[in-house]
Amino acid sequence: MLYVDLSRRSFHVENRPDLFEEYLGGVGVAIRLLAEECPPNTDPLGPDNPIIFSVGPLTGLFPMASKTIAMFKSPLTGNLGESHAGGRTASAIRMAGYGAIVIRGSSETPVYLAIHGDKVYFRDASGLWGVENSYTVGRVIRELEKGAGFRTIMRIGSAGEKMVSYASVVVETYRHFGRLGLGAVFGSKKLKAIVISGKYSIKIRDVGYYRNVYDEIFNLAVKSLLMKKYHDIGTSSNVLPLNELKALPSFNLKETSLENAENISGENLAQKYLGRRIACSHCPVACIHLATLREPYEDEPYFYKTTMIPYDYEPLYALGSMLGVTDPVEWLKLMDEVEIQGLDAISTGVTLAWATEAYERGIITSNETLGIELKWGDSNSYREAIRKIVHQPNEFYSALARGVEYAASKYGGLDFALSFGGNEMPGYHTGPAAYLTFSTGSRHSHLDSAGYSIDEEDAKTGVNRTPKEIAEILFREESWRQILSSLVLCFFARGIYTPEIVVKTLRVIGLDTTEESLRKTGVEILKNKYLFKIREGFKPDLLRIPRRILEKESPLGILNESFIREGIMEFFKMLQ
Amino acid sequence: MVKRLTVLDTEKCVGCQLCMFACSRRFGEGGFAKSAIHVKSIGGVERGFAVVVCRACPSPPCMKVCITDALTLRKGGGVILNSSKCIGCGRCVEACPFGAIFWDDEANKPNICVHCGYCVNYCHYGVIKLKE
Repeated sequence: MLYVDLSRRSFHVENRPDLFEEYLGGVGVAIRLLAEECPPNTDPLGPDNPIIFSVGPLTGLFPMASKTIAMFKSPLTGNLGESHAGGRTASAIRMAGYGAIVIRGSSETPVYLAIHGDKVYFRDASGLWGVENSYTVGRVIRELEKGAGFRTIMRIGSAGEKMVSYASVVVETYRHFGRLGLGAVFGSKKLKAIVISGKYSIKIRDVGYYRNVYDEIFNLAVKSLLMKKYHDIGTSSNVLPLNELKALPSFNLKETSLENAENISGENLAQKYLGRRIACSHCPVACIHLATLREPYEDEPYFYKTTMIPYDYEPLYALGSMLGVTDPVEWLKLMDEVEIQGLDAISTGVTLAWATEAYERGIITSNETLGIELKWGDSNSYREAIRKIVHQPNEFYSALARGVEYAASKYGGLDFALSFGGNEMPGYHTGPAAYLTFSTGSRHSHLDSAGYSIDEEDAKTGVNRTPKEIAEILFREESWRQILSSLVLCFFARGIYTPEIVVKTLRVIGLDTTEESLRKTGVEILKNKYLFKIREGFKPDLLRIPRRILEKESPLGILNESFIREGIMEFFKMLQ
Repeated sequence: MVKRLTVLDTEKCVGCQLCMFACSRRFGEGGFAKSAIHVKSIGGVERGFAVVVCRACPSPPCMKVCITDALTLRKGGGVILNSSKCIGCGRCVEACPFGAIFWDDEANKPNICVHCGYCVNYCHYGVIKLKE
């Protein structure tokens, strides 16, 4: 484990076998470190808020163990901040020789960290501070630092510098620690970027067994149908089915489907704009889809600008259907702006959707928006508004920069402010299980326990479940996912990494365990997360359920608040 | 005919680096320390990737600069490393115009491609191939 202190500009390495033996790595280790490092009631943007990165024991050994877990106190929710990113982050951290990195303190002047194996450099970043475009920061550091191919470059854009509560950290240009505002925590520490490289080896005792297990996983990844969705069209293949199901939140969930949804469907984007597919380190799936946007310069004939812009389901929902932006070119331009500024796409879209409806209703006027007319589908206004959210020229934009919950608490319109636990909601109006996931999930993310997939199944089969039944499935799923994310396995590979396969991979590294024992550890990790959340003031019975979600028919009918509340309480009973 | 590893089409490379991991796994290791193949972006992943492999030169510059004769000509081109003769001077690395000789920092010896083709089995995108 590497400890870096930005205030003192010092670092040291410690062995913490206690943590890794008990909790494997990833979230299991990170939540313990967060509890150790983050004093109660810490200001998320103060020097005492630590940044913790952790990887797992399978990273560098097996495919798709390619996520890095970041933990911190979130400036968006004021509670547990947890965000996962791929790219080359995980392999770089592991090959640099670390299972986890803890960053403490705060720098007085802009700095970027260069961690090359066991050497840590505090590089002056005064010149890089204020460089608006997150792409540019990456380009500059690429030239300055060694380790091409073995490194990760994590950086913030303007949104992070200006401490927008949902600023992201961009890695390898197209992956992100997107959710819950890690970028703002970087900004508060005057930390512009971190580059990490290394190429240590990992020795294995039973090489034959290792290769066999590896090949089994590799073959499942490339030959079975398990990864096909992510491999072919990618997550954006969700747009059309959700639209057809009337579960695609549109126009701030005033609607549940979208005319012209096919324009921003994965199918259409692949056919007309897909320019390149890329992969995280050690993943044969290559789910990262980059669109090519070719735009003519208006003032110069025969000059074109060609930009590569990533697309995925959640940004298509948040910046597309939620804002009524259905022209793919306009959507790509909006997405590009979000990337340039370094913002979380979901929070940005949901916040702007609330602002548009509030503007429509006259709750806010052009006095607040500084003359910008927020109108569904008008991507130019949205891009301008995004820049204002980053630079916060008035009170209104400062409020938007703190997320939809804060803005609506201040201006009114909480009924249609779509956030759970303070985090803007993902794009699934599928039914009660999805909303139970957003409510109970430790990150308030669809990825915590994937309730939407229960809804989708129930919509097909017509099964009715009680709140308790749903809560039990979600609890089991979220607990198991603690194991996956302690091994930093990509959730897209959850179909491959069954408990049986996970047990085999752990045997390769000399850890004899059972499914039962892993599941127990998973529950314990989840409890650890909730211990932190409750310590920081989380109250399940006070969770806000936005009225809007109860007004719009889902594939499983009109949702009932008491049903959701009952499910929440059942979930928390299991945590006792 | 002796085969050599060739790069067919870098445009199809997704940058997953499974070839690099495979190369180190030949030695039963995780990570990249022993890898003799390298994938890196060509100025940002959006522009694609460079796949750097030994091209099995018939008259290898790396061999010519080896002062201990640790590198000898391989049948079919390229070189064979005799580790016991290598003193880790690193001149071979500098001599290769493709940058296709990599360094094992732990052993302080070069990683030399033996054109075994193990990596090819793990390239799902048909970027690399063993050719005669």
